[in-house]
Amino acid sequence: MLSLNLRATILSVALLIVALGIWEALNQPPSASEGLSEYEMLMGGADQEARVPPPSKVIGHAYDELSNPFYDAGPNDKGIGIQLAYSIYRVLAGYLAAALIAIPLGFLIGMSPLMHKALNPYIQVLRPISPLAWMPLALFIIKDSEQSAIFVIFICSIWPMLINTAFGVANVRKDWVRVAQTHELSQLKTAFTVILPAAAPTILTGMRISIGIAWLVIVAAEMLVGGTGIGYYVWNEWNNLDLNSVIFSILMIGVVGMLLDMALGTVAKLVKYEE
Amino acid sequence: MSKHFVSVEGLAKHFTTNKEELIVFEDVNIGIDKGEFVCIIGHSGCGKSTILNVLAGLDSPTNGVVIMDGKEVSGPSLDRGIVFQNYSLLPWLNTRQNVSFGVKARWPEWSKEEVNKHSEKFLDMVGLSHSLGKKPSELSGGMRQRVSIARAFATNPKLLLLDEPFGALDALTRGIIQDELIKIWSETQQTVFMITHDVDEAILLADRILLMTNGPRAKVAESVSINLPRPRNRATIIDNPDYYKIRNYLVHFLVTRSQELTDEDDDSQNTVTVDPTELSESDSRTKKQTTPVNEQLAAHSA
Repeated sequence: MLSLNLRATILSVALLIVALGIWEALNQPPSASEGLSEYEMLMGGADQEARVPPPSKVIGHAYDELSNPFYDAGPNDKGIGIQLAYSIYRVLAGYLAAALIAIPLGFLIGMSPLMHKALNPYIQVLRPISPLAWMPLALFIIKDSEQSAIFVIFICSIWPMLINTAFGVANVRKDWVRVAQTHELSQLKTAFTVILPAAAPTILTGMRISIGIAWLVIVAAEMLVGGTGIGYYVWNEWNNLDLNSVIFSILMIGVVGMLLDMALGTVAKLVKYEE
Repeated sequence: MSKHFVSVEGLAKHFTTNKEELIVFEDVNIGIDKGEFVCIIGHSGCGKSTILNVLAGLDSPTNGVVIMDGKEVSGPSLDRGIVFQNYSLLPWLNTRQNVSFGVKARWPEWSKEEVNKHSEKFLDMVGLSHSLGKKPSELSGGMRQRVSIARAFATNPKLLLLDEPFGALDALTRGIIQDELIKIWSETQQTVFMITHDVDEAILLADRILLMTNGPRAKVAESVSINLPRPRNRATIIDNPDYYKIRNYLVHFLVTRSQELTDEDDDSQNTVTVDPTELSESDSRTKKQTTPVNEQLAAHSA
């Protein structure tokens, strides 16, 4: 019997081949069995129906793009690497700013029932707002599309981190807090040596949810603000009717999102503990 | 009142539930001398743990004060080390770090080497030198409690509070750790206040056993001196003719008299000091138990 991993790999590859095979088969241009009529010649021999490019074409295009990811041939023609770098930069900038505010504020809310009760109504109202709804206001106030995109990332990634930090801090086992008390640790020392490590796994869960949401939102935000970034790239290639590039960039969005999640997953493993 | 190292004076704890005031215990007076090992026994709900938490400074009484070494106890302090039943180790720290956590808090000015050396000395006393790098989740219940005991002793508190430290352990492990506790206690000459449900454990360890009546309105009814010779040993202590005399006395108290004394509701009664070995056979308090002790205890603690 083959190991579970090996069997899973074989199944994955088989599914990929079948899916790509169907995709390829359904999107072949009709074979020109007969000569073109005069009308068709006038129309450039074009097919009546547009087709999704088959995977063979997409893979070929992906190879071309990835072999030179950082070229810059003007505002409308930049390599995929440059576009992704812009998006990652915006996501990280907004995300880190959110973490800097959400984690200390979450600590405060988690440790103080008063702050929890006082701030909870605002959190509950602000949290369900689609981050893109802030865009017009952000554009008006900040007057800079790039900064506005970062602000949208900031506002969407703040909530999961804030709520998870507050929850994690509020639910630190009383025993551990007592250990800190009986060892006469100061408030600050207790926060750093007992509560932070105790709540770290919950905080990291919030950070992981946030980075996922931030990466979802950046594509939509960049479609709106334009200029650079992977979201702008997808929309621009759609306007260019270059579906090869559209499909390729969709895949790249998925790959980068996975890498961001894996990075935080690695950090989460470091702070995990068994009770 | 004579000068004790720790003196609990007129301690009372009330809880208010649904407008009704529940008096858990009242007028509790306890004196503990330096180097003394005192156990407290009583049924669930008599407020033993509350008394211990007040001694620790983690809980505040409704009435009364605790004075230790001439100063009133008003909050948690490194002068009072605690071992909880559920170990209370920090799960993200390994064995050595859990002990050095306490050592660092006690002596912040120590270098890393001094902290480690001191921590390892106490871990060695409880036989854990081989598990320094293990996390609590990798240790058995008995080993976790050893770490907890080492952490408490390593900070060299003036008073050590043990809240049913062996309650969650199986009988064999419990016996071994009791021996280790005797050893480490005789080496450090700590003052110890311990809660237990186990009569044999109390006789083995204590200089004096405090008996509490049933709650509500529980009281420390008697202070039983255990004058068995030291060093004591689990295997040989039962051969001492006084052992069963003391044991019967304690069990008789727990099974019948703890409730009778509560029912009497005699407010004037203060804690009585007793030495069961000096009581006559005809004394009603030493009545022999006819049914096996364990069954009676089980029936009562259910």
